[in-house]
Formats: sequence, C-alpha cells, structure tokens
Amino acid sequence: MDQSRLHELEEQCIQDCDPPCTAHCPMHVDIRQICKEITAGNFNNALTTLQKSIPFPEIIARTCDQPCQLVCNRQTLGGAVRVADLELACCQFGKTENPQPLMKARKKALIAVIGAGLCGMTAAWVLTRKGYTVVLFDREEHPGGQLWRLSDSQLPKDIILRESAKLEQTGIDLRNNTEIELNAFDRSQYDAVLIATGVEEAVSKWLEENGKGVSAIDTLTFETGITGVFCGGSILHPPSTVLSMADGKRTAISIDRYLQKVSLTASRSSEGAQETRLYTNLEGIQPVSAVMPTTIFNGYTPDEAIAEARRCLLCDCMECVKVCTYLSEYGAYPRKYVRDIYNNLSIIMHQRRGNKFINSCTLCGLCGEVCPTDLNFAEVIEQTRKTMVETKKMPISAHDFALRDMAFSNSPRFAFTYPVPGEEKCDYLLFPGCQLAASNPEYISLIYDDLRKQVENLGIMLRCCGSPAQWSGEEALFMESGTAIRSEWESLGNPKFILACSSCNKALQQIIPGVETISLWEFLLKNEQLASVRQKTTQEYKIHDPCTSRYEPEWQNFARGVIERLGINYSELRMSRSLTECCGYGGVAWLANPDLAHKTIQRRINEDESDYLTYCVMCRDLFAAEGKPTLHLLDLIYGRDVAALAKRKPPDYSQRHENRIRIKQRMEKRLLGKGDGIMETYEKIKLQLSSGMRDILEARLILVEDIQKVIEHVETSGEYFINKSNGHSIASYKPNLITYWVEFTKQEDTYIVLDAYSHRMVVGGDTSL
Amino acid sequence: MTAPESGNAPTEWICGKCGEPLRLSRVNVSYLGSGYPVDLLMCTKCKRALVPPEMALGKMLEVERLLEDK
Repeated sequence: MDQSRLHELEEQCIQDCDPPCTAHCPMHVDIRQICKEITAGNFNNALTTLQKSIPFPEIIARTCDQPCQLVCNRQTLGGAVRVADLELACCQFGKTENPQPLMKARKKALIAVIGAGLCGMTAAWVLTRKGYTVVLFDREEHPGGQLWRLSDSQLPKDIILRESAKLEQTGIDLRNNTEIELNAFDRSQYDAVLIATGVEEAVSKWLEENGKGVSAIDTLTFETGITGVFCGGSILHPPSTVLSMADGKRTAISIDRYLQKVSLTASRSSEGAQETRLYTNLEGIQPVSAVMPTTIFNGYTPDEAIAEARRCLLCDCMECVKVCTYLSEYGAYPRKYVRDIYNNLSIIMHQRRGNKFINSCTLCGLCGEVCPTDLNFAEVIEQTRKTMVETKKMPISAHDFALRDMAFSNSPRFAFTYPVPGEEKCDYLLFPGCQLAASNPEYISLIYDDLRKQVENLGIMLRCCGSPAQWSGEEALFMESGTAIRSEWESLGNPKFILACSSCNKALQQIIPGVETISLWEFLLKNEQLASVRQKTTQEYKIHDPCTSRYEPEWQNFARGVIERLGINYSELRMSRSLTECCGYGGVAWLANPDLAHKTIQRRINEDESDYLTYCVMCRDLFAAEGKPTLHLLDLIYGRDVAALAKRKPPDYSQRHENRIRIKQRMEKRLLGKGDGIMETYEKIKLQLSSGMRDILEARLILVEDIQKVIEHVETSGEYFINKSNGHSIASYKPNLITYWVEFTKQEDTYIVLDAYSHRMVVGGDTSL
Repeated sequence: MTAPESGNAPTEWICGKCGEPLRLSRVNVSYLGSGYPVDLLMCTKCKRALVPPEMALGKMLEVERLLEDK
C-alpha cells in the first residue's frame, strides 16, 4: 500500500465526515458533540465546544437562522433538533474560560476593520487572536451594527454590550463614534483593510470607482480587486448573523494569508456551508417530538435541554462496524484501520503490533456489502497479507498450521485424481473439497454414486483448492497448488467441475479463469429421486448461507431448491444471502485469533433460536462445536437420524486427517481395485489418549501423528528422559520447524499419553547469533 | 511434570540413553536469528536438554511471538 492508495482508502471511508448539521453550518459548529455533552449533563464542556467555533455564543444562540435544521436527520422523526435553544442552554448553564487561545507572539502588521457589526467584530477577534494589531472603526457608540435593530425580547441589549465588551478586553483598538469616509481614509497606515459596513451606498460606489464593484468581490477570498482591501458581511448576502460571522472568520483567514504572502485560495474548499458524504442509517429509529422551551425567549431548563439533546441521533455511519465482530472488536473503523495497517507495514525495526489485527479478519466481505461507498475492507486485508508475505514480514506461526493442513491434503495421503475406470478423459469432475472429506468422508462415495447415475463420465479429484494459501497471503503457494490442479484437469480433457464448496469455486475460478463449475446443489436438484428422500422432521430450520456464497446467488438458490424438494421447512435469517455472516473459519482468522473466532460464531448462532441448516461443512462443524444444532444439507439427503446429526460433535484435527486418508483409500480401492494406501511407519504406534488429552491436543494444534512421530523417534533412537520417582518418560522430536514433546508411560505395546506440547525455539546452538 | 530443581545437583530425571542424571545447566535457545541463555535440565553426557511445558507454553511462546512481530 503506497501513500496515495492509503489516502484513497481513507477518503473512501466516510465515518469521519461531518454530520449534516455541522457540514451545513457556515461556522461548522460541532453540534453532535454539544448534544453528547448536554445529554451527559456536561454544560461546561458543551459551552467549550460551542466557543471553539463561535466567538460570541450568546448572540448566535439567540439570532441564528439555523441552516442545520433543514438537514437534520431527525427532521422527519419528530422534528429537527432545536440547536439554537440548546446553544442558549450552553450559555445559560455552562461556565468556562474562552478556549480560543490568544497568540502571544505579536505580529507587526496593523489592520483596519471598518464596521463593527458581527462580521467586523468576528474578523477583529480572529485577527487579534492570530497576533495582529487591529483597529476597529465604528460610527455608532457601541459595536453590534444591525444587532441593535433586533427586538429586546429576542436579543436583550445587555447581551450585545456584554459580548462586544470582549473586543476591548482582548486588546482590540475600538474607535467608536468614528465615521469613515473611504475616499478620505488613509489606507497607507494599514497593512490590510476590511470593509464590513453592511449595505452602504457610499461603500458600493467607492468599490466601483476604485475596484470592480460589489458583484466582483471574490466569494472565496473576499478580495475586492483593490490591493490589501477585503470586503465581507451582509453587503454580500441577505441578513444572517451566522453568515456574517462566517464572513468575519473567513476574511480574517484571507487577510492573514495575504500578510503572510501565501496562497489565498489553497485548501479552502471546506469553508462555509457544505454538503456531507456521511451516511446514517435511520432504519428502526422511533420518532420523538421536539422539546419546546417553557418560555420561548428564556429558553430551556437544564432538564428540557437534556431531553432535547438526547433526541440528537449523533449521526455517524459505522455500517460495517455494526455488522462485524472483528471490526467492532478493535474499537475504530476502516478509516483509522487503514492508517494503522499502513503504519504497521512501514515499521522496520520495532514491534509490529498490527500483525494480529491484520490476521484476524475472516475476509468474508460483508463490510463491502453494507458500505455506502463500497469499501471492502477484506480486500485491503487480503492485499496487506500478500505484501507481508512478499516482504517476509508475515509471522511464521500465523498460518503455519493451516498451510501444513493444506500440504497434507495435497500430499499422496489424500490427493487423488481419477477418471471413470477404463477411460482417460471425463466430462465432469467431482471436486468435493478437503473439509467435506475431513468431516463427512462417507458422503463423498454416496455423492459419487448418485452423480454417476446422472452423468456417466464422471471423474473425481480429491485435494485442497488452495484457499488457505490465498487467505494467508501466500500467493506463490496458491499459484503452485493451482498449477497442479490445472495440469491434472487438462490431462482429464478439461472436464466441468462439480463442487460442494463455494470457497473451492472461488479458488478454481482464479486458477482457471472461465472454467465451467457447477454447484453440487444444482446437480442434486436435477436428481429425480431426491423427492423420494423423506426425513421425518417437521422442524423449521433457519438457513445459513456460507460467506463464500455471498457473490453466488445461484448457489444460494439451488441450495434452497434442494431444501424445498426435500420438503423441509425453512426460513431466512435476518442476515442472509449477500448479507450473510461468516462462521469464523474464513481467512484463517481462527488461527490468529481464536477468541475472536469464538465471538464471531456466538454472534451468528445467537441470532435465532431455531436449529440452523447450511451447505458448508465448516459452518456446520463450527456452529455445532459451540452447541448450536446445525445440519448440513447433505445430512438431509444421506443422513438418517437428523436430530442426532445436527448435534454431532465435529471431528478433531487428527480425525480430519484420518478421514481424508480413509476416503482416499476407499475411492482408490473402488476405482483402481487396489490401495491399502500409503501407511507411514509411525502410524503403527499405538497410543492411548483420554478425551481430555484430545482436547488439549486440539487447543495446542498438535496432531496424533505428531505424537506418533515422537514415539517412533524414541523407539529408533533410544532418546528420552525418565523420571525415577513417578516412572514417566518424556521425549521430543522435531519433524519440521516445531519441536514436539510428549510425556508418556507404556503399557505392553500401548503408549499412554500424559501431556504434549510444542515450541518453535531451537534448543542448543550459539547464543551469539 | 515437576519443575527443575535448582542448583547443579542431580535431579529425579535420568537420561534414558546415557543413564546419567539430568543437571540444571545453562543452555542456549534461539529463534529467527536471536539467541538467549536459559537454565534447563540437561544430560551432562549427551548434552540433550529437557524443555518443561511451563517454559514451552510460557516464556518460549511469548518470545517466539515477540520475535515473529519484529
């Protein structure tokens, strides 16, 4: 990920965009934060937030024309939030120092501001804070301009006096009762001049004579065309206190830039009222009527203000975070996450703390489906993992276990490709996938038989599709495994694949672009005998679509078709089809973050009380392992006691290997008439494992065969240690990068396993490495 | 499995191959190019050392993870 890609991704996530109220406010008041503070009863903090953008909050609270109201998402749900009333409550119940700091270093430039209405007041205030010396001319006795025309009930005169008194307190040289005749005014004394007199015929005329007139005033920079002279305020727009205040702030920015001799136009597109890209889902939000102040001009009581602030929807997006256990687990959202990932990739010397985060995504892609701007975070993660592998920054142990499992499936222990006996080519090729073989090997020969009745020329290919390599970012390994699949497929005459797993489908489509694949469910739906299969169940199941079927609506339809043909009652989960959730197995996330995988499964299985029905064997096994009765579609076709099948405990990792070995041997025997398979010498070692010990092995990712190899090593080398007080032996063996240890005793020819553990550190050797 | 006894005294563990009692000795362990000395029970004759489960699943795992994230 380079920096421009990072910025692109950051830009795509809209979570940090302003809510509509703030975006449309010419002063960009953080209304959402104010509502949050008031809801919590923190009027002081609320006032501080208001003062960050508004220099004269008491005036604005009583006079703002509230453009925010027109865009408030509450508008149709009880009425827009009454922001000005809330601002008034901030002023009345909050106490705080003004948070806008005064720059201590004074600048040399001297600025004249002509007219002390809200625009002139604000410009003078902002420029003084930036360190300039400002002379503020006004022909009236007191600053405030048009504000003095407002009724006393709307804006009491003492408030104008109190707020404008801040000007002199802040060091502004206020020259009241001073009428400026522009033609006679000596501009040379000043480094810049702001004209903020409001609508004045004399001013318009002077601008025309010396510049290009009012209509030529630049609406971005407020330049008049006369060097060093700027003009803003109600001469440019219909009367609006908030617009005049915004003009004051923006003219001050222009004057500052002019005096600093930097661009007056660069990076100013966010000033003034804006549209926002922020999306907020309003589904399920109940209307609540606006709280009316008991007395209109005296405003809310604190309780009324709190009740009104609570109506604020605190607009944000978080669509992906809401539906994803992983994205919510880390407490932020994609805009922040992509920055974390970028930083993690850039670390050279220090600890890369983001590795676990990067390896915890299931790559299911639901985030991309719900994102209003189609940001698919899974794709970012997938690419990041590839980069980490390429740059050798991927932790070795992150995916090692899954990759060794894949290597096993592609070894002669399981890998087996064969056409119909007597033929060299086939039209169709059953590719059941490694996990179906691991969980339900018996179904594979039954499927094979059924399919043979439908298509005469059917071959079979047992192996792994390569998905684990792809999920791990091991692109080279994925391509290598893909090349092997492709060459066998070509030697069979490019048959059409029949697939039971949508992950395999995705992988094969990448390995052999345009290859014809057919889902097993489509085939089974054509099987006329299917309707005669009748399970004695009237139960209603919820269908769970595997996440890899997300982009395969046809797979989803065919699976439902089979369920209907079988006469099974089913209904949809709230999140189904393209919005389905991952079972926690995807992306090898369960290896990097087993706790999170557990939470992911819990979230899904607790969505509904009914038993689930799915057509992915890993989804079934993982749900069932956590106590959710779940059936695989094949259980309904080939199983007998479906109630028991739904609750069956899935095989452990060792049994999964054994099951694959067994189905390979069975198919080899059927098709080739031979095959006791390959028996490794260590497989003859007899072990006794309690069920508790099997659970320990499972949690520590140790296979029975790893233990058998240790014992075989003991038998051949005589290397072990013995404890003379309890008679236990302990021995180790290092078949690969991992050293396995087994504590055991022996009874006749059986080894009783008492403990097993492993490590990657190498014992012995040179410490000076 | 009990923790190794301290000191250089013979322990209740015996090397099955050499018949020697194991003694607590300083042994080097390394991973991904970084090495550290640790105290393990070792056969003084064949120099093979016993890694107890507490160390494999505790300190060693922790260091492995730290080094992998470097």
